[in-house]
Amino acid sequence: MTRRIARSYRLRLYVAGQTPKSITAIANLKRLCERELAGRYRIEVIDLLEHPHLARRDEILAVPTLVRRLPPPIRKVIGDLSNQERVLIGLGLQPADDEA
Amino acid sequence: MTRDGRRRKSAPGRRAGTRARRGRGSLPKAPTGITGLDEITGGGLPRKRATLVCGGPGSGKTLLATQFLAHGALAHGEPGVFMSFEERPEELAENSRSIGVDLEDLRARKLLLLDYVHIDRSEIVESGGYDLDGLFIRLGHAIKTIGAKRVVLDTIEMLFSGLSDAFALRAELQRLFQWLKARGVTTIVTGERAGTGLTRHGLEEYLTDCVILLDQRVTEKQATRRLRVLKYRGSAHGNNEFPFLIDDHGLSVVPITSLGLDYPASTEHVSTGVAGLDEMLGNKGYFRGDSVLVSGTAGTGKSSLTAHFADAACRRGERCLYFAFEESMNQITRNMRSIGVDLEPWVRRGLLRIHAQRPTAHGLETHLVAMHGHIDQWQPNVVVVDPVTSLVAVGSELEVKLMLARLIDVMKSRQITVVFTSLTDTGGPPERTDVGVSSLMDVWMLLENLEARGERTRGIQIVKARGAAHSSQAREFALTDRGLALQ
Repeated sequence: MTRRIARSYRLRLYVAGQTPKSITAIANLKRLCERELAGRYRIEVIDLLEHPHLARRDEILAVPTLVRRLPPPIRKVIGDLSNQERVLIGLGLQPADDEA
Repeated sequence: MTRDGRRRKSAPGRRAGTRARRGRGSLPKAPTGITGLDEITGGGLPRKRATLVCGGPGSGKTLLATQFLAHGALAHGEPGVFMSFEERPEELAENSRSIGVDLEDLRARKLLLLDYVHIDRSEIVESGGYDLDGLFIRLGHAIKTIGAKRVVLDTIEMLFSGLSDAFALRAELQRLFQWLKARGVTTIVTGERAGTGLTRHGLEEYLTDCVILLDQRVTEKQATRRLRVLKYRGSAHGNNEFPFLIDDHGLSVVPITSLGLDYPASTEHVSTGVAGLDEMLGNKGYFRGDSVLVSGTAGTGKSSLTAHFADAACRRGERCLYFAFEESMNQITRNMRSIGVDLEPWVRRGLLRIHAQRPTAHGLETHLVAMHGHIDQWQPNVVVVDPVTSLVAVGSELEVKLMLARLIDVMKSRQITVVFTSLTDTGGPPERTDVGVSSLMDVWMLLENLEARGERTRGIQIVKARGAAHSSQAREFALTDRGLALQ
Protein backbone atom coordinates (compact mmCIF):
# COMPACT_ATOMS: atom_id res chain seq x y z
CA MET A 1 0.00 0.00 0.00
CA THR A 2 1.38 3.35 -1.04
CA ARG A 3 0.77 6.46 1.00
CA ARG A 4 1.36 10.00 0.04
CA ILE A 5 1.62 12.26 3.03
CA ALA A 6 1.74 15.99 2.52
CA ARG A 7 3.88 18.31 4.55
CA SER A 8 1.03 20.00 6.35
CA TYR A 9 -2.65 19.31 6.99
CA ARG A 10 -5.18 21.94 7.91
CA LEU A 11 -8.35 20.35 9.15
CA ARG A 12 -11.63 21.83 10.24
CA LEU A 13 -14.24 20.01 12.23
CA TYR A 14 -17.77 21.44 12.14
CA VAL A 15 -20.00 20.51 15.05
CA ALA A 16 -23.31 21.78 16.45
CA GLY A 17 -22.89 22.20 20.20
CA GLN A 18 -21.36 19.79 22.67
CA THR A 19 -23.27 16.72 21.65
CA PRO A 20 -22.03 13.20 22.33
CA LYS A 21 -21.36 12.87 18.59
CA SER A 22 -19.23 15.99 18.45
CA ILE A 23 -17.24 15.03 21.56
CA THR A 24 -16.60 11.59 20.10
CA ALA A 25 -15.60 13.09 16.76
CA ILE A 26 -13.10 15.49 18.34
CA ALA A 27 -11.52 12.69 20.38
CA ASN A 28 -11.36 10.36 17.38
CA LEU A 29 -9.81 13.02 15.20
CA LYS A 30 -7.13 13.99 17.71
CA ARG A 31 -6.14 10.37 18.27
CA LEU A 32 -5.91 9.67 14.57
CA CYS A 33 -3.92 12.78 13.78
CA GLU A 34 -1.43 12.13 16.54
CA ARG A 35 -0.90 8.65 15.24
CA GLU A 36 -0.77 9.40 11.51
CA LEU A 37 0.18 13.05 11.15
CA ALA A 38 2.11 13.97 14.26
CA GLY A 39 3.64 17.41 13.95
CA ARG A 40 2.14 18.23 10.60
CA TYR A 41 -1.51 18.99 11.31
CA ARG A 42 -3.71 21.74 12.66
CA ILE A 43 -7.27 21.23 13.81
CA GLU A 44 -9.84 23.97 14.07
CA VAL A 45 -13.19 23.11 15.67
CA ILE A 46 -16.13 25.25 14.57
CA ASP A 47 -19.38 25.24 16.48
CA LEU A 48 -22.10 26.15 14.00
CA LEU A 49 -24.42 27.16 16.80
CA GLU A 50 -22.02 30.03 17.43
CA HIS A 51 -21.33 30.75 13.76
CA PRO A 52 -24.52 29.76 11.94
CA HIS A 53 -23.62 31.65 8.76
CA LEU A 54 -20.67 29.32 8.19
CA ALA A 55 -23.00 26.41 7.47
CA ARG A 56 -23.97 28.03 4.20
CA ARG A 57 -20.60 29.50 3.34
CA ASP A 58 -18.74 26.26 3.88
CA GLU A 59 -21.47 24.00 2.49
CA ILE A 60 -22.19 22.01 5.63
CA LEU A 61 -25.29 19.82 5.94
CA ALA A 62 -24.42 16.93 8.23
CA VAL A 63 -22.58 17.25 11.50
CA PRO A 64 -20.00 16.40 12.50
CA THR A 65 -18.24 17.24 9.23
CA LEU A 66 -14.49 17.10 8.90
CA VAL A 67 -13.05 19.20 6.10
CA ARG A 68 -9.52 18.88 4.79
CA ARG A 69 -8.72 22.42 3.72
CA LEU A 70 -5.07 21.76 2.94
CA PRO A 71 -3.60 20.19 0.97
CA PRO A 72 -6.00 20.76 -1.91
CA PRO A 73 -8.45 19.59 -3.07
CA ILE A 74 -10.98 20.08 -0.29
CA ARG A 75 -12.26 16.77 1.03
CA LYS A 76 -15.07 16.01 3.43
CA VAL A 77 -15.74 13.27 5.93
CA ILE A 78 -19.03 13.22 7.80
CA GLY A 79 -19.88 11.36 10.98
CA ASP A 80 -18.33 10.91 14.42
CA LEU A 81 -15.18 9.53 12.73
CA SER A 82 -15.49 6.21 14.55
CA ASN A 83 -14.47 4.27 11.47
CA GLN A 84 -10.80 5.21 11.27
CA GLU A 85 -10.19 3.48 7.99
CA ARG A 86 -12.91 5.58 6.33
CA VAL A 87 -11.40 8.73 7.81
CA LEU A 88 -8.01 7.84 6.32
CA ILE A 89 -9.66 7.34 2.94
CA GLY A 90 -11.49 10.62 3.31
CA LEU A 91 -8.31 12.49 4.13
CA GLY A 92 -6.52 10.85 1.25
CA LEU A 93 -4.14 9.00 3.52
CA GLN A 94 -4.99 5.60 2.15
CA PRO A 95 -5.92 4.48 -1.33
CA ALA A 96 -9.67 4.11 -1.61
CA ASP A 97 -11.00 0.60 -1.46
CA ASP A 98 -14.63 -0.06 -2.31
CA GLU A 99 -14.76 -3.05 -0.01
CA ALA A 100 -13.60 -1.04 2.98
CA MET B 1 -69.08 13.64 -5.71
CA THR B 2 -71.73 15.75 -3.99
CA ARG B 3 -69.07 17.98 -2.59
CA ASP B 4 -67.63 18.49 -6.03
CA GLY B 5 -71.01 19.12 -7.49
CA ARG B 6 -71.72 21.74 -4.91
CA ARG B 7 -68.39 23.42 -5.44
CA ARG B 8 -68.98 23.67 -9.09
CA LYS B 9 -72.23 25.48 -8.58
CA SER B 10 -71.10 27.70 -5.73
CA ALA B 11 -70.21 31.32 -6.23
CA PRO B 12 -66.94 31.23 -8.06
CA GLY B 13 -63.71 33.10 -7.76
CA ARG B 14 -62.78 35.42 -5.00
CA ARG B 15 -66.00 35.10 -3.11
CA ALA B 16 -65.66 31.35 -2.69
CA GLY B 17 -62.11 31.82 -1.43
CA THR B 18 -63.10 34.42 1.11
CA ARG B 19 -65.85 32.27 2.45
CA ALA B 20 -63.52 29.32 2.80
CA ARG B 21 -61.06 31.42 4.70
CA ARG B 22 -63.65 32.70 7.09
CA GLY B 23 -65.55 29.45 7.35
CA ARG B 24 -65.94 27.74 10.68
CA GLY B 25 -62.98 25.63 11.70
CA SER B 26 -61.19 26.10 8.42
CA LEU B 27 -57.44 26.50 8.38
CA PRO B 28 -55.66 29.75 7.72
CA LYS B 29 -54.31 29.69 4.18
CA ALA B 30 -51.32 31.09 2.36
CA PRO B 31 -52.36 32.18 -1.14
CA THR B 32 -50.13 30.92 -3.95
CA GLY B 33 -51.19 33.55 -6.46
CA ILE B 34 -51.68 30.75 -8.95
CA THR B 35 -54.91 31.31 -10.83
CA GLY B 36 -57.28 28.50 -10.03
CA LEU B 37 -55.17 26.75 -7.42
CA ASP B 38 -56.24 29.17 -4.72
CA GLU B 39 -59.83 28.55 -5.76
CA ILE B 40 -59.54 24.77 -5.72
CA THR B 41 -57.96 24.90 -2.28
CA GLY B 42 -60.29 27.55 -0.91
CA GLY B 43 -57.59 30.15 -0.42
CA GLY B 44 -54.19 28.58 -0.81
CA LEU B 45 -51.84 26.20 0.98
CA PRO B 46 -52.20 25.45 4.68
CA ARG B 47 -50.42 28.25 6.53
CA LYS B 48 -47.54 27.30 8.83
CA ARG B 49 -47.55 23.78 7.48
CA ALA B 50 -45.67 21.90 4.83
CA THR B 51 -47.20 20.96 1.50
CA LEU B 52 -45.75 18.22 -0.65
CA VAL B 53 -45.73 18.99 -4.36
CA CYS B 54 -44.79 15.92 -6.32
CA GLY B 55 -44.52 15.07 -9.96
CA GLY B 56 -42.18 13.72 -12.60
CA PRO B 57 -39.26 15.59 -14.10
CA GLY B 58 -40.39 18.73 -15.91
CA SER B 59 -43.88 18.63 -14.41
CA GLY B 60 -43.61 22.18 -13.07
CA LYS B 61 -42.86 21.57 -9.37
CA THR B 62 -40.07 24.10 -9.15
CA LEU B 63 -42.03 26.74 -11.04
CA LEU B 64 -45.05 26.25 -8.79
CA ALA B 65 -42.82 26.65 -5.74
CA THR B 66 -41.14 29.72 -7.24
CA GLN B 67 -44.45 31.37 -7.94
CA PHE B 68 -45.59 30.63 -4.40
CA LEU B 69 -42.54 32.44 -3.01
CA ALA B 70 -42.72 35.34 -5.44
CA HIS B 71 -46.41 35.87 -4.75
CA GLY B 72 -45.85 35.75 -1.01
CA ALA B 73 -43.05 38.28 -1.28
CA LEU B 74 -44.69 40.71 -3.66
CA ALA B 75 -48.37 40.49 -2.80
CA HIS B 76 -48.28 39.68 0.90
CA GLY B 77 -44.98 41.06 2.12
CA GLU B 78 -43.86 37.61 3.18
CA PRO B 79 -40.17 37.02 2.47
CA GLY B 80 -39.13 33.54 1.44
CA VAL B 81 -36.23 31.14 1.52
CA PHE B 82 -35.59 28.98 -1.51
CA MET B 83 -33.31 26.09 -0.69
CA SER B 84 -32.38 24.38 -3.91
CA PHE B 85 -30.84 20.95 -3.88
CA GLU B 86 -30.96 20.53 -7.59
CA GLU B 87 -30.88 23.61 -9.77
CA ARG B 88 -28.12 26.15 -9.52
CA PRO B 89 -29.01 29.79 -8.84
CA GLU B 90 -28.34 30.74 -12.48
CA GLU B 91 -30.63 28.00 -13.74
CA LEU B 92 -33.32 28.94 -11.26
CA ALA B 93 -33.09 32.58 -12.22
CA GLU B 94 -33.40 31.75 -15.89
CA ASN B 95 -36.32 29.38 -15.45
CA SER B 96 -38.09 31.84 -13.18
CA ARG B 97 -37.73 34.56 -15.77
CA SER B 98 -39.73 32.39 -18.15
CA ILE B 99 -42.75 32.76 -15.85
CA GLY B 100 -42.17 36.45 -15.24
CA VAL B 101 -40.46 36.13 -11.86
CA ASP B 102 -37.27 38.13 -11.31
CA LEU B 103 -35.35 36.33 -8.58
CA GLU B 104 -32.48 38.82 -8.68
CA ASP B 105 -34.87 41.65 -7.99
CA LEU B 106 -36.45 39.75 -5.10
CA ARG B 107 -33.02 39.07 -3.67
CA ALA B 108 -31.95 42.66 -4.02
CA ARG B 109 -35.09 43.75 -2.19
CA LYS B 110 -34.38 41.27 0.59
CA LEU B 111 -37.58 39.40 -0.13
CA LEU B 112 -35.83 36.21 -1.09
CA LEU B 113 -32.87 34.25 0.12
CA LEU B 114 -31.60 31.62 -2.24
CA ASP B 115 -29.42 28.86 -0.90
CA TYR B 116 -28.07 26.32 -3.31
CA VAL B 117 -27.12 23.11 -1.51
CA HIS B 118 -24.52 21.24 -3.41
CA ILE B 119 -24.37 17.52 -2.74
CA ASP B 120 -21.93 15.23 -4.43
CA ARG B 121 -21.48 11.77 -3.08
CA SER B 122 -18.06 11.46 -4.66
CA GLU B 123 -16.85 14.31 -2.45
CA ILE B 124 -18.19 12.89 0.79
CA VAL B 125 -16.87 9.99 2.83
CA GLU B 126 -18.92 8.74 5.74
CA SER B 127 -17.45 7.54 9.00
CA GLY B 128 -19.81 6.84 11.87
CA GLY B 129 -23.04 8.48 12.92
CA TYR B 130 -24.15 11.97 11.91
CA ASP B 131 -27.24 14.11 11.86
CA LEU B 132 -28.47 17.01 9.74
CA ASP B 133 -28.06 19.75 12.31
CA GLY B 134 -25.88 21.56 9.80
CA LEU B 135 -28.86 21.79 7.46
CA PHE B 136 -31.17 22.88 10.29
CA ILE B 137 -28.76 25.62 11.35
CA ARG B 138 -28.30 26.72 7.77
CA LEU B 139 -32.02 26.90 7.09
CA GLY B 140 -32.75 28.46 10.48
CA HIS B 141 -30.16 31.13 9.83
CA ALA B 142 -31.62 31.87 6.40
CA ILE B 143 -35.15 32.15 7.80
CA LYS B 144 -33.96 34.47 10.55
CA THR B 145 -31.81 36.62 8.28
CA ILE B 146 -34.66 37.52 5.95
CA GLY B 147 -37.60 37.09 8.30
CA ALA B 148 -39.01 34.36 6.07
CA LYS B 149 -42.65 33.33 6.26
CA ARG B 150 -42.39 30.96 3.32
CA VAL B 151 -39.87 28.24 2.57
CA VAL B 152 -39.26 25.99 -0.42
CA LEU B 153 -37.15 22.84 -0.28
CA ASP B 154 -36.53 21.71 -3.87
CA THR B 155 -35.88 18.73 -4.14
CA ILE B 156 -34.86 17.60 -0.71
CA GLU B 157 -34.76 13.98 -1.81
CA MET B 158 -31.46 14.79 -3.47
CA LEU B 159 -30.04 14.26 0.02
CA PHE B 160 -30.58 10.55 -0.47
CA SER B 161 -28.25 10.53 -3.40
CA GLY B 162 -25.56 12.27 -1.40
CA LEU B 163 -25.80 10.41 1.88
CA SER B 164 -25.96 6.65 2.24
CA ASP B 165 -27.79 6.13 5.52
CA ALA B 166 -31.34 6.27 4.19
CA PHE B 167 -32.80 5.17 7.50
CA ALA B 168 -31.14 7.98 9.44
CA LEU B 169 -32.00 10.46 6.69
CA ARG B 170 -35.66 9.64 6.86
CA ALA B 171 -35.70 10.19 10.60
CA GLU B 172 -33.91 13.49 10.10
CA LEU B 173 -36.34 14.65 7.45
CA GLN B 174 -39.24 13.82 9.71
CA ARG B 175 -37.56 15.93 12.38
CA LEU B 176 -37.01 18.71 9.84
CA PHE B 177 -40.67 18.89 8.88
CA GLN B 178 -41.70 19.07 12.54
CA TRP B 179 -39.11 21.74 13.10
CA LEU B 180 -40.39 23.81 10.18
CA LYS B 181 -43.92 23.61 11.53
CA ALA B 182 -42.69 24.82 14.91
CA ARG B 183 -41.02 27.76 13.15
CA GLY B 184 -44.40 28.83 11.80
CA VAL B 185 -43.31 28.98 8.18
CA THR B 186 -45.44 27.83 5.27
CA THR B 187 -43.40 25.34 3.30
CA ILE B 188 -43.43 23.62 -0.05
CA VAL B 189 -41.40 20.43 -0.22
CA THR B 190 -41.03 19.06 -3.72
CA GLY B 191 -40.59 15.39 -4.45
CA GLU B 192 -39.91 13.47 -7.59
CA ARG B 193 -42.50 10.94 -8.53
CA ALA B 194 -41.13 7.43 -8.90
CA GLY B 195 -42.49 3.93 -9.24
CA THR B 196 -45.73 3.24 -7.46
CA GLY B 197 -45.17 5.77 -4.69
CA LEU B 198 -45.71 9.50 -4.87
CA THR B 199 -42.08 10.24 -4.14
CA ARG B 200 -38.90 8.25 -4.47
CA HIS B 201 -38.27 8.07 -0.75
CA GLY B 202 -41.78 8.13 0.67
CA LEU B 203 -41.90 11.77 1.81
CA GLU B 204 -45.69 11.51 1.65
CA GLU B 205 -45.54 9.51 4.87
CA TYR B 206 -44.35 12.57 6.75
CA LEU B 207 -46.05 15.32 4.83
CA THR B 208 -49.68 14.66 5.42
CA ASP B 209 -51.26 18.09 5.63
CA CYS B 210 -51.45 18.79 1.95
CA VAL B 211 -50.32 16.87 -1.10
CA ILE B 212 -50.47 18.20 -4.65
CA LEU B 213 -49.67 16.01 -7.60
CA LEU B 214 -48.49 17.40 -10.92
CA ASP B 215 -48.56 15.26 -13.98
CA GLN B 216 -47.46 15.65 -17.53
CA ARG B 217 -48.81 13.26 -20.10
CA VAL B 218 -47.99 13.10 -23.71
CA THR B 219 -50.85 12.18 -25.97
CA GLU B 220 -50.61 12.37 -29.73
CA LYS B 221 -47.27 14.14 -29.39
CA GLN B 222 -48.80 16.92 -27.31
CA ALA B 223 -47.96 17.35 -23.66
CA THR B 224 -50.80 17.95 -21.23
CA ARG B 225 -50.20 19.17 -17.73
CA ARG B 226 -52.57 18.23 -14.97
CA LEU B 227 -52.82 19.12 -11.30
CA ARG B 228 -54.65 17.34 -8.56
CA VAL B 229 -54.97 18.05 -4.85
CA LEU B 230 -54.65 14.56 -3.40
CA LYS B 231 -54.96 15.52 0.19
CA TYR B 232 -55.80 18.61 2.21
CA ARG B 233 -56.27 17.93 5.85
CA GLY B 234 -59.10 19.87 7.42
CA SER B 235 -60.20 21.59 4.27
CA ALA B 236 -62.56 20.87 1.43
CA HIS B 237 -60.84 20.82 -1.92
CA GLY B 238 -61.73 20.14 -5.51
CA ASN B 239 -60.93 16.50 -6.08
CA ASN B 240 -60.76 16.61 -9.81
CA GLU B 241 -57.79 16.58 -12.03
CA PHE B 242 -57.38 20.03 -13.52
CA PRO B 243 -55.41 20.81 -16.63
CA PHE B 244 -52.98 23.64 -16.14
CA LEU B 245 -50.74 25.76 -18.28
CA ILE B 246 -47.39 27.38 -17.75
CA ASP B 247 -46.87 30.60 -19.62
CA ASP B 248 -45.00 33.83 -19.14
CA HIS B 249 -47.40 34.80 -16.36
CA GLY B 250 -46.77 31.61 -14.44
CA LEU B 251 -48.96 28.64 -13.76
CA SER B 252 -52.68 28.78 -14.18
CA VAL B 253 -55.06 26.11 -13.14
CA VAL B 254 -58.40 27.31 -14.31
CA PRO B 255 -61.53 25.67 -13.01
CA ILE B 256 -63.44 26.91 -15.98
CA THR B 257 -66.64 27.92 -14.24
CA SER B 258 -64.87 30.53 -12.14
CA LEU B 259 -63.76 32.74 -14.95
CA GLY B 260 -64.49 36.18 -16.14
CA LEU B 261 -66.54 37.67 -13.35
CA ASP B 262 -64.40 40.30 -11.74
CA TYR B 263 -63.92 42.62 -14.68
CA PRO B 264 -65.17 46.13 -15.01
CA ALA B 265 -67.96 45.94 -17.56
CA SER B 266 -67.55 48.61 -20.16
CA THR B 267 -70.50 50.58 -21.40
CA GLU B 268 -68.57 51.86 -24.38
CA HIS B 269 -69.51 50.35 -27.72
CA VAL B 270 -67.32 49.12 -30.52
CA SER B 271 -68.68 48.78 -34.04
CA THR B 272 -68.69 45.34 -35.62
CA GLY B 273 -67.76 47.04 -38.88
CA VAL B 274 -71.04 45.98 -40.46
CA ALA B 275 -73.86 48.50 -40.19
CA GLY B 276 -76.64 45.94 -40.30
CA LEU B 277 -74.97 43.85 -37.63
CA ASP B 278 -74.54 46.80 -35.28
CA GLU B 279 -78.24 47.28 -35.75
CA MET B 280 -78.95 43.69 -34.73
CA LEU B 281 -76.91 44.29 -31.59
CA GLY B 282 -79.15 47.07 -30.35
CA ASN B 283 -77.79 49.53 -32.92
CA LYS B 284 -74.46 49.78 -31.19
CA GLY B 285 -72.21 46.83 -31.85
CA TYR B 286 -70.13 45.03 -29.23
CA PHE B 287 -69.15 46.37 -25.85
CA ARG B 288 -65.50 47.26 -25.50
CA GLY B 289 -63.76 44.28 -23.90
CA ASP B 290 -66.29 41.77 -25.24
CA SER B 291 -65.19 38.33 -26.37
CA VAL B 292 -67.01 37.41 -29.54
CA LEU B 293 -67.33 34.03 -31.18
CA VAL B 294 -68.30 33.77 -34.83
CA SER B 295 -69.14 30.18 -35.78
CA GLY B 296 -69.88 28.74 -39.14
CA THR B 297 -69.01 26.08 -41.67
CA ALA B 298 -66.47 26.70 -44.40
CA GLY B 299 -67.20 29.61 -46.70
CA THR B 300 -69.93 31.24 -44.65
CA GLY B 301 -68.14 34.57 -44.39
CA LYS B 302 -66.44 34.38 -41.00
CA SER B 303 -63.19 35.89 -42.14
CA SER B 304 -65.05 38.60 -44.00
CA LEU B 305 -66.82 39.55 -40.81
CA THR B 306 -63.56 39.76 -38.91
CA ALA B 307 -61.98 41.78 -41.71
CA HIS B 308 -64.76 44.36 -41.38
CA PHE B 309 -64.17 44.43 -37.67
CA ALA B 310 -60.44 44.96 -38.11
CA ASP B 311 -61.01 47.58 -40.77
CA ALA B 312 -63.46 49.50 -38.59
CA ALA B 313 -61.01 49.47 -35.67
CA CYS B 314 -58.21 50.85 -37.84
CA ARG B 315 -60.54 53.52 -39.22
CA ARG B 316 -61.07 54.66 -35.65
CA GLY B 317 -57.30 54.88 -35.32
CA GLU B 318 -57.16 51.83 -33.05
CA ARG B 319 -54.66 49.04 -33.25
CA CYS B 320 -55.71 45.60 -34.38
CA LEU B 321 -53.73 42.43 -33.85
CA TYR B 322 -54.80 39.62 -36.17
CA PHE B 323 -53.76 36.02 -35.43
CA ALA B 324 -54.20 33.95 -38.56
CA PHE B 325 -53.91 30.20 -38.19
CA GLU B 326 -55.08 29.16 -41.60
CA GLU B 327 -53.96 31.70 -44.14
CA SER B 328 -50.92 33.81 -44.80
CA MET B 329 -51.00 37.57 -44.55
CA ASN B 330 -51.01 37.91 -48.34
CA GLN B 331 -53.89 35.50 -48.72
CA ILE B 332 -55.92 37.41 -46.19
CA THR B 333 -55.34 40.83 -47.69
CA ARG B 334 -55.98 39.51 -51.21
CA ASN B 335 -59.21 37.73 -50.26
CA MET B 336 -60.51 40.70 -48.37
CA ARG B 337 -59.77 43.05 -51.21
CA SER B 338 -62.14 40.94 -53.32
CA ILE B 339 -65.00 41.92 -51.03
CA GLY B 340 -63.93 45.53 -50.97
CA VAL B 341 -62.03 45.58 -47.68
CA ASP B 342 -58.49 46.78 -48.22
CA LEU B 343 -56.42 45.95 -45.19
CA GLU B 344 -53.05 46.73 -46.68
CA PRO B 345 -53.04 50.46 -45.94
CA TRP B 346 -53.62 49.67 -42.29
CA VAL B 347 -50.68 47.29 -42.26
CA ARG B 348 -48.55 50.00 -43.87
CA ARG B 349 -49.70 52.62 -41.41
CA GLY B 350 -48.86 50.35 -38.51
CA LEU B 351 -52.42 49.99 -37.26
CA LEU B 352 -52.84 46.37 -38.26
CA ARG B 353 -50.51 43.52 -37.51
CA ILE B 354 -51.14 40.09 -38.91
CA HIS B 355 -49.39 37.14 -37.32
CA ALA B 356 -49.81 34.12 -39.52
CA GLN B 357 -48.76 30.83 -38.01
CA ARG B 358 -49.42 27.18 -38.67
CA PRO B 359 -51.13 25.93 -35.52
CA THR B 360 -49.28 22.64 -35.65
CA ALA B 361 -45.95 24.45 -35.58
CA HIS B 362 -46.16 24.61 -31.80
CA GLY B 363 -47.89 23.14 -28.78
CA LEU B 364 -50.73 25.04 -27.18
CA GLU B 365 -48.63 26.55 -24.45
CA THR B 366 -46.17 27.95 -26.92
CA HIS B 367 -49.01 29.54 -28.86
CA LEU B 368 -50.41 31.02 -25.72
CA VAL B 369 -47.08 32.43 -24.63
CA ALA B 370 -46.47 33.88 -28.08
CA MET B 371 -49.93 35.46 -28.20
CA HIS B 372 -49.47 36.96 -24.74
CA GLY B 373 -46.12 38.27 -25.84
CA HIS B 374 -47.57 40.02 -28.91
CA ILE B 375 -50.43 41.49 -26.90
CA ASP B 376 -48.10 42.69 -24.16
CA GLN B 377 -45.65 44.18 -26.52
CA TRP B 378 -48.00 45.90 -28.93
CA GLN B 379 -51.01 46.61 -26.72
CA PRO B 380 -53.72 46.37 -29.36
CA ASN B 381 -57.23 47.71 -28.89
CA VAL B 382 -58.84 44.83 -30.73
CA VAL B 383 -57.72 41.28 -31.48
CA VAL B 384 -58.82 38.70 -34.03
CA VAL B 385 -58.14 34.98 -33.72
CA ASP B 386 -59.00 33.25 -37.00
CA PRO B 387 -59.91 30.45 -36.59
CA VAL B 388 -59.68 29.36 -33.01
CA THR B 389 -60.68 25.83 -34.04
CA SER B 390 -57.28 25.31 -35.63
CA LEU B 391 -55.88 25.15 -32.16
CA VAL B 392 -58.06 22.16 -31.41
CA ALA B 393 -55.72 20.27 -33.67
CA VAL B 394 -52.93 20.73 -31.17
CA GLY B 395 -54.82 20.18 -27.94
CA SER B 396 -57.88 18.53 -26.50
CA GLU B 397 -61.14 20.44 -26.35
CA LEU B 398 -60.70 21.02 -22.64
CA GLU B 399 -57.20 22.37 -23.04
CA VAL B 400 -58.23 24.71 -25.79
CA LYS B 401 -61.01 25.94 -23.59
CA LEU B 402 -58.55 26.45 -20.78
CA MET B 403 -56.18 28.31 -23.02
CA LEU B 404 -58.97 30.51 -24.33
CA ALA B 405 -60.15 31.19 -20.83
CA ARG B 406 -56.66 32.35 -19.99
CA LEU B 407 -56.40 34.48 -23.08
CA ILE B 408 -59.80 36.05 -22.53
CA ASP B 409 -58.79 36.71 -18.95
CA VAL B 410 -55.81 38.73 -20.10
CA MET B 411 -57.72 40.62 -22.77
CA LYS B 412 -60.70 41.44 -20.59
CA SER B 413 -58.47 42.87 -17.93
CA ARG B 414 -57.12 45.23 -20.59
CA GLN B 415 -60.46 46.00 -22.20
CA ILE B 416 -59.41 44.48 -25.48
CA THR B 417 -62.29 43.48 -27.73
CA VAL B 418 -61.58 40.13 -29.35
CA VAL B 419 -63.31 38.22 -32.13
CA PHE B 420 -62.70 34.49 -32.50
CA THR B 421 -63.89 32.59 -35.50
CA SER B 422 -64.78 28.94 -35.22
CA LEU B 423 -64.94 26.58 -38.14
CA THR B 424 -67.71 24.08 -37.52
CA ASP B 425 -68.16 20.74 -39.22
CA THR B 426 -70.56 20.53 -42.07
CA GLY B 427 -71.97 17.20 -40.97
CA GLY B 428 -73.07 17.62 -37.38
CA PRO B 429 -75.44 20.06 -35.81
CA PRO B 430 -73.86 23.47 -36.31
CA GLU B 431 -73.64 24.47 -32.68
CA ARG B 432 -72.23 21.35 -31.12
CA THR B 433 -68.49 21.88 -31.40
CA ASP B 434 -68.74 25.35 -29.98
CA VAL B 435 -70.72 24.60 -26.89
CA GLY B 436 -67.66 24.36 -24.65
CA VAL B 437 -65.99 27.45 -25.98
CA SER B 438 -69.12 29.58 -26.33
CA SER B 439 -69.71 29.64 -22.59
CA LEU B 440 -66.64 31.84 -22.29
CA MET B 441 -67.94 34.34 -24.80
CA ASP B 442 -70.01 37.47 -24.40
CA VAL B 443 -71.36 37.39 -27.92
CA TRP B 444 -71.93 34.33 -30.05
CA MET B 445 -72.98 34.54 -33.66
CA LEU B 446 -73.75 31.82 -36.11
CA LEU B 447 -73.17 32.09 -39.84
CA GLU B 448 -74.87 29.63 -42.18
CA ASN B 449 -75.07 28.78 -45.82
CA LEU B 450 -78.66 28.89 -46.88
CA GLU B 451 -79.94 27.31 -50.02
CA ALA B 452 -83.36 28.73 -50.20
CA ARG B 453 -85.05 29.33 -53.56
CA GLY B 454 -82.40 27.30 -55.33
CA GLU B 455 -79.77 29.93 -54.77
CA ARG B 456 -77.03 30.12 -52.27
CA THR B 457 -77.23 32.90 -49.73
CA ARG B 458 -75.92 33.28 -46.25
CA GLY B 459 -77.58 33.77 -42.92
CA ILE B 460 -76.45 35.33 -39.66
CA GLN B 461 -77.97 34.83 -36.26
CA ILE B 462 -77.04 36.16 -32.85
CA VAL B 463 -77.25 33.28 -30.39
CA LYS B 464 -76.34 35.35 -27.41
CA ALA B 465 -75.12 38.82 -26.52
CA ARG B 466 -74.50 39.53 -22.87
CA GLY B 467 -75.87 42.80 -21.61
CA ALA B 468 -77.33 43.85 -24.93
CA ALA B 469 -80.80 43.93 -26.39
CA HIS B 470 -80.22 41.97 -29.54
CA SER B 471 -82.27 40.67 -32.34
CA SER B 472 -82.64 36.93 -32.25
CA GLN B 473 -83.94 36.92 -35.77
CA ALA B 474 -81.84 35.24 -38.42
CA ARG B 475 -80.92 37.67 -41.18
CA GLU B 476 -79.72 37.00 -44.66
CA PHE B 477 -76.60 38.63 -45.94
CA ALA B 478 -74.50 38.73 -49.07
CA LEU B 479 -70.82 39.13 -49.72
CA THR B 480 -70.63 41.87 -52.31
CA ASP B 481 -67.64 43.60 -53.83
CA ARG B 482 -68.40 46.38 -51.37
CA GLY B 483 -68.37 44.12 -48.38
CA LEU B 484 -70.72 42.14 -46.25
CA ALA B 485 -74.24 43.46 -46.57
CA LEU B 486 -77.22 42.43 -44.50
CA GLN B 487 -80.49 42.23 -46.37
